[in-house]
Amino acid sequence: MCAPPLVQGRALTKRFGTYIAVDQIDFKVERGEAFGFLGPNGAGKTSTMRMIGCVSPVSGGELSVLGMDPALQGPAIRSRLGVVPQEDNLDTELTVWDNMAIYGRYFGLPRSVIRERAQELLDFVQLGDRRQDRVDPLSGGMKRRLTIARALVNQPELLLLDEPTTGLDPQARHLVWERLYQLKLQGVTLVLTTHYMDEAEQLCDRLVIMDRARIVAEGSPRELIQLHSTREVVELRFATAEERRDALPLLNGSGERVEMLPDRILVYTGDGDGTAELVARDGLRPASVLVRRSTLEDVFLILTGRTLED
Amino acid sequence: MTESLADLASAVPRGRILPVGPSRRRSVHVIERNALAYRRMWYVFLTGFFEPLLYLLSIGVGVGALVGRLPGPGGRLVTYEAFVAPGLLAAAAMNGSVFDTTFNFFVKYKYAGTYDAMLATPLGVGDVAHGEVGWALLRGTVYAAAFLLTMAALGLVASPWGVLAVPAAVLIGYGFAGLGLAATTWMRSFVDFDFVNLALVPLFLFSATFFPLSRYPNGVAWGVRLTPLYQGVNLERSLVLGDIRWTLLVPAVYLGALGWGGVRVASSRLARLLQP
Ligand SMILES: Nc1ncnc2c1ncn2[C@@H]1O[C@H](COP(=O)(O)OP(=O)(O)O)[C@@H](O)[C@H]1O
Ligand SMILES: [Mg+2]
Repeated sequence: MCAPPLVQGRALTKRFGTYIAVDQIDFKVERGEAFGFLGPNGAGKTSTMRMIGCVSPVSGGELSVLGMDPALQGPAIRSRLGVVPQEDNLDTELTVWDNMAIYGRYFGLPRSVIRERAQELLDFVQLGDRRQDRVDPLSGGMKRRLTIARALVNQPELLLLDEPTTGLDPQARHLVWERLYQLKLQGVTLVLTTHYMDEAEQLCDRLVIMDRARIVAEGSPRELIQLHSTREVVELRFATAEERRDALPLLNGSGERVEMLPDRILVYTGDGDGTAELVARDGLRPASVLVRRSTLEDVFLILTGRTLED
Repeated sequence: MTESLADLASAVPRGRILPVGPSRRRSVHVIERNALAYRRMWYVFLTGFFEPLLYLLSIGVGVGALVGRLPGPGGRLVTYEAFVAPGLLAAAAMNGSVFDTTFNFFVKYKYAGTYDAMLATPLGVGDVAHGEVGWALLRGTVYAAAFLLTMAALGLVASPWGVLAVPAAVLIGYGFAGLGLAATTWMRSFVDFDFVNLALVPLFLFSATFFPLSRYPNGVAWGVRLTPLYQGVNLERSLVLGDIRWTLLVPAVYLGALGWGGVRVASSRLARLLQP
């Protein structure tokens, strides 16, 4: 019942010189779950992933991966991980097939095993008919899918994905999400980073929100929203910056909380429609009014005062 | 998992990843990767053979006809072709090895992310360094053997000891591979490769490759003796012309030490650069 966590960090810290990229974070990843690090650029997500992937030494605190210490058992841990790095590093001198084959060899797998798995995995990421193609001409989404297939060649217990869909168009993103969801159903533990709240909401059972090297909140997407935000949000856009500024004092009391962004005002409220009516009665003339449910983006804004996108 | 048992055994201080030594089995996969990549570029592979052959025909045979005999190792007079050929063999071993471990290595290390991909697997920086050196030597062995056969066909191998010219070329390759790999970890951009040429061209021209050391004033000759290519040329020429002495162990040890030290320096530099 109480299997040890697959990954556990305690006061985990990463320093580059005097700069602190990861500041005493605590987290636990259980077997079979999809765990996320959500945070804006520079939050320290990649630094954390690289420590988990045993390619970056821990500067302080403790880290165990698959029950082992990365400093002592790096190769043994890495042999059971799959890694999809933030930047694709497919071998552009090789074909799609050879990329799969040689990566399997890096894990010391016999060629016959690789042949079987490579075909299966290429089919799984819908690249089965591109075996003989070179890597360079593939689209961004295909490269990403190939990187995922490659990371699965050693049948890893734990798949690390650093911003799996950053830079992809919506269609390509959905395809990647769908494949990752299949993997999750097959029981692969996923650890991913993202700065897209929709990605975190779609994929993660549990996540931590990272900001400026620290973890600011932890929980399931629904828990986080319930705990830190209101049920609904009213988004008000105004024609000019002056109108927006003038509206702000009038909105106090219209909801539980009011946030001013560079392009709009957000009113956090339990009852969106009610608040929207109230706003109209106050004589405000916003260019547009949108009532929506709270998202992780709102949680981040409330906790840090900033948005996820830079 | 069996590999990891050995890794487990060496407990190390914190803050450093992959302190374990390279595994021969793992570094072989780096060689496999290069063989796969070259499968589609076999013609590039051939250039390494033709370059020294062209030099041999032009300078050895062509210029040689105008030069006459000159003293080889041990003071015996030899034809100019016979004198130059082992020098070219040594220089070719240097050039091939340096190219693989500087230019080719730099592209993969700095731009292609090839090693980042490898290091996410059980492979470590030591495996990468040993694998790349192994590949350079494998290639060098093929070229050296082909060149030696050509020399033999032209009647330029005077002694059966000449067979050892191939392992000697591998040793030269090893020395320069270590040097090249280590030096490349300090390079910032392709501009820095001008320094590589700046070092290689004078080495090629003045390491007693084309004329004997006796042409130099005494002080300069001692300086030339210290260069790795001179040591390599000396070794090759003595073997091919059959002047076998115990002192030939000196260049062998010199080149071996250079390679070993270079690979070690490169591995520890790579750990710092690729695994910050
Ligand atoms: N190798 C490095 N040397 C120095 N600083 C680094 C290095 N890698 C990352 N950083 C810094 O650490 C901080 C966190 O970076 P990173 O972990 O990449 O964040 P994220 O992945 O969340 O965008 C950034 O400010 C970044 O500039
Ligand atoms: Mg990142």
